[in-house]
Amino acid sequence: MSGADGFNRRSFLALGGGIAAMAVAGCGSNTGRSDSGGGASGDKPALAQWYHQYGEAGTQQAVEKYAKEYPDATVTVQWSPGDYDKKTAAALLTDGGPDVFEYGNGPSIDMIKGGQVADLTDLLGDAKSDFTPSLLSRVTYQDKLYAIPQATDMQLLVYRKSLLQQAGVQPPTTVDELIAAAKKLTTDKVKGLFVGNDGGVGILGGPALWAAGVDYLTEDGQFGFDSPAAAESLRKLRELFTSKALLLGAPTDWSDPSAFTQGLTAMQFTGLWTFPQLQKSLPDDFGVLPWPKLDASTGAPSVPVGAYGASVSTKSKNVDAAKKFVKWLWVDQTDKQLDWAQSYGFHVPARKSLAEKADKLKSGPAADAVKFVNENGHAQTPLLWTPKSGTAYSDAVSRIIKNGSDPATEIKAVKAVVEAELKRIAG
Amino acid sequence: MPALATRLRGRYDRNLWFVIFVGPFVLGLLVFVYVPIVWSVVLSFFDARNTVTPTDFVGLGNYLDMLRDSAFRSSLATFVLFALFIVPTTFVASLGLALLVNRTRFARTFFRSVFFLPTACSYVVASLIWKLSIFNGVRFGLANTVLGWFGAEPVAWLSVTQPPWYWLVIVSARMWLQAGFYMILFLAGLQRIAPSLYEAAAIDGATGWKVLRYITLPQLRATSTAVLLLLLINAFQAFDEFYNLLSSAGGYPPYARPPLVYLYYAALGQGQDFGHGSAGAVLLTLLIALVALVQGRFLGLGKRED
Repeated sequence: MSGADGFNRRSFLALGGGIAAMAVAGCGSNTGRSDSGGGASGDKPALAQWYHQYGEAGTQQAVEKYAKEYPDATVTVQWSPGDYDKKTAAALLTDGGPDVFEYGNGPSIDMIKGGQVADLTDLLGDAKSDFTPSLLSRVTYQDKLYAIPQATDMQLLVYRKSLLQQAGVQPPTTVDELIAAAKKLTTDKVKGLFVGNDGGVGILGGPALWAAGVDYLTEDGQFGFDSPAAAESLRKLRELFTSKALLLGAPTDWSDPSAFTQGLTAMQFTGLWTFPQLQKSLPDDFGVLPWPKLDASTGAPSVPVGAYGASVSTKSKNVDAAKKFVKWLWVDQTDKQLDWAQSYGFHVPARKSLAEKADKLKSGPAADAVKFVNENGHAQTPLLWTPKSGTAYSDAVSRIIKNGSDPATEIKAVKAVVEAELKRIAG
Repeated sequence: MPALATRLRGRYDRNLWFVIFVGPFVLGLLVFVYVPIVWSVVLSFFDARNTVTPTDFVGLGNYLDMLRDSAFRSSLATFVLFALFIVPTTFVASLGLALLVNRTRFARTFFRSVFFLPTACSYVVASLIWKLSIFNGVRFGLANTVLGWFGAEPVAWLSVTQPPWYWLVIVSARMWLQAGFYMILFLAGLQRIAPSLYEAAAIDGATGWKVLRYITLPQLRATSTAVLLLLLINAFQAFDEFYNLLSSAGGYPPYARPPLVYLYYAALGQGQDFGHGSAGAVLLTLLIALVALVQGRFLGLGKRED
């Protein structure tokens, strides 16, 4: 072997080794946190903060700006498109996860019980009474707080005023009126109502219960809806599905306002986040309603309310620094919270004092929406409602709506699953 | 020492080059395939919610839970139904295409390419095209436009279960994607049949259907067995088109949830329940292995052709 060959082999190996090292380094090390834990920025701790990708323009720049303004740590924002919930849940199992992260409606009960999220109870201080109570209770387990609500989102019914007027229909106040209105508004071009391409399975599970005057769980944490009224309310969803007045199979789903703004439907159950688009496309031609009560004597109108909550991972190397940052951003910096809720998308601030200051929410449909949050708001699902309970219920709702299964039988089956889950959590 | 080094390197450095070329792939296979499989089997014996380093040993508990879980069992039923649709239809379609393309004298390469091309398309992309433009439920979807010419009402293809039109969407997407691939396998099989057999058949006066029945199909037996097995295993692994056609922000419908979609939601969804998910995966693997063995025995896979 000549010296040249040996050299070539060595350089080849060196190159190969280098590529392998790069590949390993590239795998899963992109946490958004700088490696040094200090380095150029002196002795300040380095924190990685994760967000899901918000749809509104300017949101990413806003959170990056907030992070940059924090004096006591170097905060790096990771903005995650795609399936954020699953990505974050997986990352929390490793050391490569975030220090601070947001999670829809706060961390799950298994994250809390698994010790994945830090106790944030001492962060609120005097501000506690200023946060919307239903949001706080959603992220509290055994008197300990596990997330700080960032901004409130809600779902509600929007309707085209002009179309209702033409058809001589009043905004409905009971489920029967809603079904009648949907039928009357349906023509060969426009459907009466859009509640998602799955016929409402995904979003009407909660409103159907509240309309019947019951809830997922009772106050003392027991199964909440083994009642004839709940069965009747779910049966109404089936009636709606078979009425031929529902829009089904639209190119976009309920969370997008396109079906409504493009005139495919006269009413749609959607989210507060669609308001900027609605106001642009249909200024002054849309009104809002909560999901109506079952009938004149049963239940109450309702809107599902949720919030992304900021949590701290216990796997963080700087749990205390992370908690301090969360307190700074989501408790102390009220101007930033107001900016976050108002300047980009359309959210209700999580704090009552700020919600009163939010100019965009003072008039028109937005003001009505805020009123619904306060008067008819329910947490989307309770904390003890586990994914398994959720699947059992949504499977049941799907069978009731699409196959015409008997609601009372389905409720019994859900009850068995939920009670087993509640027992597991308590154990 | 030099002697040992030389021996290790082998003649002409063969061993060394073998390690250099094969080593990285073996390492990748170990790290990304074998270790996770072994780890998953370990997890299946533990209560592993929101952790991959569990401490709470539950023995066969997770397996029993999964076998008792009606949703898991119904997912297996969904799969069986799907396999009953997709395996025979794809088999017949790809065999038919292969026979057609094999016979054609005009623009042979062109037709082969045309039928094979969909194989290169991603399942996700095809599913989205099917869902958003061909089979969406509004007036202007492609399928509904065509129906409209005949005066029919628009059909909400993926939203209704009575009648279960969603099967048409799922099966047609998979057919389009994979028939070309199996067509190539059949073509290879067809080209291995000795022309003298056909000549002898022709002399005996056999034509058309008889040639197919007594010459072509028996000669394709080995290929057919392999194709059937591959089709069945692929059907077991169905995920992409189901997930992309039917999942929504609100969840996933129970009536078209094959095992992999169910396990995906159990282990990797918000549940993060790796114990039950892994137990389900092991059960599914055993089931696939069992079916493959039985099918192999039944159809004589791997047997010498006499």
